[in-house]
Amino acid sequence: MNLRRGIFVSVLGLLLCSHALAGVLPEDRTDILYHLYDGGGVRIDGPSVLMRKQIGKSTSFVGNYYVDMISSASIDVITTASPYTEERTQWSLGMDYLRGNTTMTVGYTSSVESDFDAETYSFSVSQDMFGDMTTLTLSYALGNDLVGRSDDPTFEREVDRQHYGVGLTQILTRNLIATLNFETITDEGFLNNPYRSVRYADAGSARGFSFEPELYPNTRTSNAIGLRMRYFLPYRATLEGTYRYFTDTWDIESHTASITYTHPIGPFVVHAKYRYHDQTGAHFYSDLFPRSEATNFRGRDKELSPLTSQTFGIGGSFEFISDPEGWRFIKRGTVNFSYNFLSIDYDDFSDISAGEPLGMEPLYQLEADIIQIFFSFWY
Amino acid sequence: MRINKLGRLLLVLAVLAGTASCSGIEPWVKPYERDRLADPIMALDMDPVSSAYLQHVYEAREGARGGEGAAGGGCGCN
Repeated sequence: MNLRRGIFVSVLGLLLCSHALAGVLPEDRTDILYHLYDGGGVRIDGPSVLMRKQIGKSTSFVGNYYVDMISSASIDVITTASPYTEERTQWSLGMDYLRGNTTMTVGYTSSVESDFDAETYSFSVSQDMFGDMTTLTLSYALGNDLVGRSDDPTFEREVDRQHYGVGLTQILTRNLIATLNFETITDEGFLNNPYRSVRYADAGSARGFSFEPELYPNTRTSNAIGLRMRYFLPYRATLEGTYRYFTDTWDIESHTASITYTHPIGPFVVHAKYRYHDQTGAHFYSDLFPRSEATNFRGRDKELSPLTSQTFGIGGSFEFISDPEGWRFIKRGTVNFSYNFLSIDYDDFSDISAGEPLGMEPLYQLEADIIQIFFSFWY
Repeated sequence: MRINKLGRLLLVLAVLAGTASCSGIEPWVKPYERDRLADPIMALDMDPVSSAYLQHVYEAREGARGGEGAAGGGCGCN
C-alpha cells in the first residue's frame, strides 16, 4: 500500500526520459532488471523489463513491464493489522515522435493490485534551441486511481492526479551540463490509506491510547524545483550533484541533495553515491492525538512525519559486448549491480511495537537494503 | 539627469540583450567541442529503468515527490 504513492511520478520518469535531448531519438535498448527492497519488515522484489525500439526515422516506441511482489509486516501493519502479501503489476507504453528539433512524447501506464488500480496518460513536447545547447521541455500527465479495500468489496473511491512540468537542460561548458526542472502536481479525491489508523490518548484503554481511522484532506498540491549538474573530470570520470526543494499544501517542506561519483576502469564503470533528505511533517500529522476526532484531518503515516533520510550507494557495470564488434544484432551489452543502504530517522513517530509505556516509546528508525541487478543491451 | 550605477548596468544589459536578439545567440560550446559531453558516462540518466525504480522507492518512503525531472541527458549534439 505504501508503495502506491510513488507510482504516478516514477512512471513519468520512464516515459518522458528522452526529453533532455529533443533533437535525437533515445537509443534502442533493452533492460532486464531484478529489484529487491528489504527493510522495516517489508520485502518487495520482482522484475522490470524495458524495451525501446526505433521504427522508421522519426518514431521510437518504449514498453515497460514491472512487478512488485510485496510481503509486509511493517511497523504500521504489526501494530494495527495483520501481515499480508500482495502483488502489483504495472505496464507502460510510450511513443516519441521526432520532427526537426522537436520531440513529442505520449505515454500510458496501468498499475493493478487487488485493491488499487491506477492509470496515467502523459504528454510532453521538447524543443532544442540555440545550436542544440538548450532543451526546453513542457509536460503534462493525468492520473486516475481507484482505491478499494480487500475486506470490503463495496468500498470504492477515486483519486484524480494532474502533473505539470517544465524542464530546461543546458550545456554550460564543454565539461558541464545542467538541468533544471519544475513540477506541480495536484491530487483530488480519497488520498488517505483506507487501512491505516491514527493513535489518540484514551485513559480508558489499558495502554493509554486507542486507534481510529485516519482522515486526510481531499486535495493536495505540491511544487518541486530540482537542479542537476554533471561535470566531466579531467581524467575521464564524472561528478554529479543534485538539489531539490519541495513544498506542498499539507505544509510538508523538504530539501534533498545528492552527490554521485562515476569512474570507468577498463570494461567496468563504478559509481558511489550519497543522498540526504530532510522534511517537515504534514499539518494534520500527529504521533498521538489528544483525544478521538481531535482535529478535522488526522494522519499517522510516518512518511508524512518530520524525518531525515540518508542513502549510501555503490554500483558497477561490466561491458561484456562492446561496440563496434558487437554480437549478432547487439552492439553493446552490460551487466550491472547496485546496492543502496537507506536509513531513515523519524523525529516524531514512536515505535509502539516494543510495548513501552505511553510517553516512553523510542522513536522509530528504518534501515533498508535496496539491490538491483540488471542486464542492458543496445542494438 | 544622473544615472546611478544600477541604472547604467541595466542599460548595458538592455543594449547587450537587444544586440543578442538581433544577431541570435551563438552557441559558446561548438559541436566539435562536445566530445566529453557525448561520453556515455556524462548521460544525466545512464540507466532509466534503474533510476525510475529508486525514484519510486523514495517517493514511497518520503513525503516529497517530483522535481527530479525526466532526466535524459547527453551531449545535446545531433
